[in-house]
Amino acid sequence: MLEISGLTTRYGAISALRRVSLTVGANEVVGLIGPNGAGKTTLLNTVAGLLRPAEGEVRLEERAVTGDSPDRMLRAGLALVPERRRLFAQMTVVENLRIGGVTASAEERSERLDEVVELFPVLKEKWGTAAGYLSGGEAQQLAIARALMSSPRIVLMDEPSLGLAPVLVDFVFDLIGRLRAEGRTMLIVEQNATRLLEVADRAYVLRTGEIAVDGMASDLLQREDLFDTFVGSARDEDSKPSEPDTR
Amino acid sequence: MIDLLQSLIDGLGRGSIYALLALGIAVIFGVMHMVNFAHGELITVTAYIAFGVVVTTGWGWWAAAPLIFLGAVGTSVVIEFVAFRWVRGASDFTMLLTSFAVHFLVQAIFVMTMGASVRSFPRPEWADRIWSVGELNIQIVDVAVIGTTALTLAATVFLLQRTMFGISLRAAAEDFDAARLMGVKSNKVIRQAFILAGALAGIAAIFYLMRTGQARPTTGLSPLLKGILAAIIGGLGNMQGAVYGGLLLGVSEVLLRSWLPEDLVGITDGAVFALIALFFIFRPQGLLYVRSAERV
Ligand SMILES: Nc1ncnc2c1ncn2[C@@H]1O[C@H](COP(=O)(O)OP(=O)(O)OP(=O)(O)O)[C@@H](O)[C@H]1O
Ligand SMILES: [Mg+2]
Repeated sequence: MLEISGLTTRYGAISALRRVSLTVGANEVVGLIGPNGAGKTTLLNTVAGLLRPAEGEVRLEERAVTGDSPDRMLRAGLALVPERRRLFAQMTVVENLRIGGVTASAEERSERLDEVVELFPVLKEKWGTAAGYLSGGEAQQLAIARALMSSPRIVLMDEPSLGLAPVLVDFVFDLIGRLRAEGRTMLIVEQNATRLLEVADRAYVLRTGEIAVDGMASDLLQREDLFDTFVGSARDEDSKPSEPDTR
Repeated sequence: MIDLLQSLIDGLGRGSIYALLALGIAVIFGVMHMVNFAHGELITVTAYIAFGVVVTTGWGWWAAAPLIFLGAVGTSVVIEFVAFRWVRGASDFTMLLTSFAVHFLVQAIFVMTMGASVRSFPRPEWADRIWSVGELNIQIVDVAVIGTTALTLAATVFLLQRTMFGISLRAAAEDFDAARLMGVKSNKVIRQAFILAGALAGIAAIFYLMRTGQARPTTGLSPLLKGILAAIIGGLGNMQGAVYGGLLLGVSEVLLRSWLPEDLVGITDGAVFALIALFFIFRPQGLLYVRSAERV
C-alpha cells in the first residue's frame, strides 16, 4: 500500500530524517515510535506532502507520489490526522467534517457524514458548535472523523492521544482498535509505545532520524531494552509529560 | 438628532464602499497573509474603463456598471496570476513588497499611456438627486450604495457559510496547510479569494466612480488606504470585522467633518488617523480579533 524508501528530509542544513525506509501493507496497522525530536512528525508530514523530501521515494499503491502536494496525496487516498489535530477552531463541527469531504461529490459527502456520525455519535450533539469549544476527547474524535470523510485508503495519525486525560487515551485506543477491526490501513505515531504496540501489527522505532529497530509489534513489546534505550519513555502509560490541552 | 441621523446615512454611504474594499483585503489577507496594496488598482483600472465607456462610447452607466464589475474581477485574477502566484510562500515582507510593486507598476502604466492628468466623465444624472424625508436630505446614490452593499454582504455571507467554496476559503484562512491536507487546492482557493475580492471591489468601484466621475493614475490610492485602514480596525483577516471597520470609518469621517470648525475640515483625514491610533492604544487587537490570522 505505502512504500517509503531512502527518505531524507532536511530543515535547512539539518537532516531530520536520514534514508528512512518503511512499508505499510494493505489492512495493516503499523506503529512508529521514538523519543521526542526523533523525526516522527517530519516523516508523516513528508509523506503527506507538507514537506518536500531531499532524497528518496514514496509510493502509494505502486504509484510514485514523491513530493506531491497534500491535496494530491489526499486525492491519491492518503489522509493525515496531523499533530495537535489542527481543527478549524472557528468553524463548526459539521463544517470541519464537510471540509474533510471537500473532494467528494455532494451526495457522497452527505452519505459519509451519516457514516461518520454513526462511528462518533458525540459529534452529532455538537453539530453546530465551533470546533474550538470542544473538549480534548471530542476534538480528537472530530480530527479522526474529519480525516475519514475523504474515504482514505490509508490514514496517518500523529500522536492521537497527545494531551488527553488517561480515560480519553483509553477511548482513543479503543477507537483505533475499532478502525483496525474495520480493516483500515493505518500508520500511527505515538509516544505511548506500549499502548500502540498492543494495537499495531508491526512497528518501527525511529531515533534521531533513522530507523533503529523494526519488527512485529508483539515481539517489540517483549524487548525491555527498547523501552530504555530507544523510546526513552518508561513503559507505564502516563509517563509522557502531559502537555496542556490547547483547544 | 436629525443632524446625527443625516451624518449616519452619509457616513454609511461612504462606509459601505470602504467595507466592500476592506472585506476583499481581509479575504486576501486570510489566505495569503499579505496586505494587498495592489487592491486599489482595481479601482484605478475600472476608472479608466468607466471613462472609456461613458465618454468615448457614450453607452452610459448601464453599460459601464457591469463592465466595471467584470473589469475589477478580471484585473484581480490577472494580478494574482502574474504577480502573487510567484511569491507565494516567500516571506510576508516579500509579498508586501510585491503588492507595492504592482501598485506602482499599474500607476506607471497609466501615466505612460493615459498621462498624469485627470480624465473626467459624466456621473449618472440621478446620482446627485436628493430625496427629502422630513428634514432629512438623502442622496439617491447613498441609498443605492447602502442597499447594494447590504445585498452584496448578504450574498457573501451565504457564499462563505453555505457553499463548499466558502467553507474551503474559511478553512484556508484559518490554517492553510490543514486545508491542503483536506484536499483544498492552493491555486484554486487563492484564485477564488481574488475573484471574490475583485467582485466586492467591483461593486465598490461602481459607486465610488459614480460619485467622483474621475480617472487618474492615482485614483485607487485614497480608497485603498481607507480599505486597508478599515481592515486593520476590524482586526486584519477578520472578515466580519473588516465590514464593521469600513462602516465605522465612513461614519467617523462624516461626523468629524461636521463637528470640525469650517477652516479645519481639511484635516479630517489626519484627525481620523489620529483617532485610529488612539483606538489601537486601547484595543491593539482591532475591533474583532481572530487568533488564527496569525499563522503559526
Ligand atoms: N520547522 C522546523 N525547522 C527546523 N527544525 C525542525 C522543524 N521541525 C522539526 N525540526 C527538528 O527536526 C527534528 C525532528 O522533529 P519532529 O517534530 O519530526 O520530531 P518528533 O519525533 O515528531 O518529536 P515529538 O515527539 O516531539 O513530536 C527535531 O530535532 C526538531 O527540532
Ligand atoms: Mg511529533
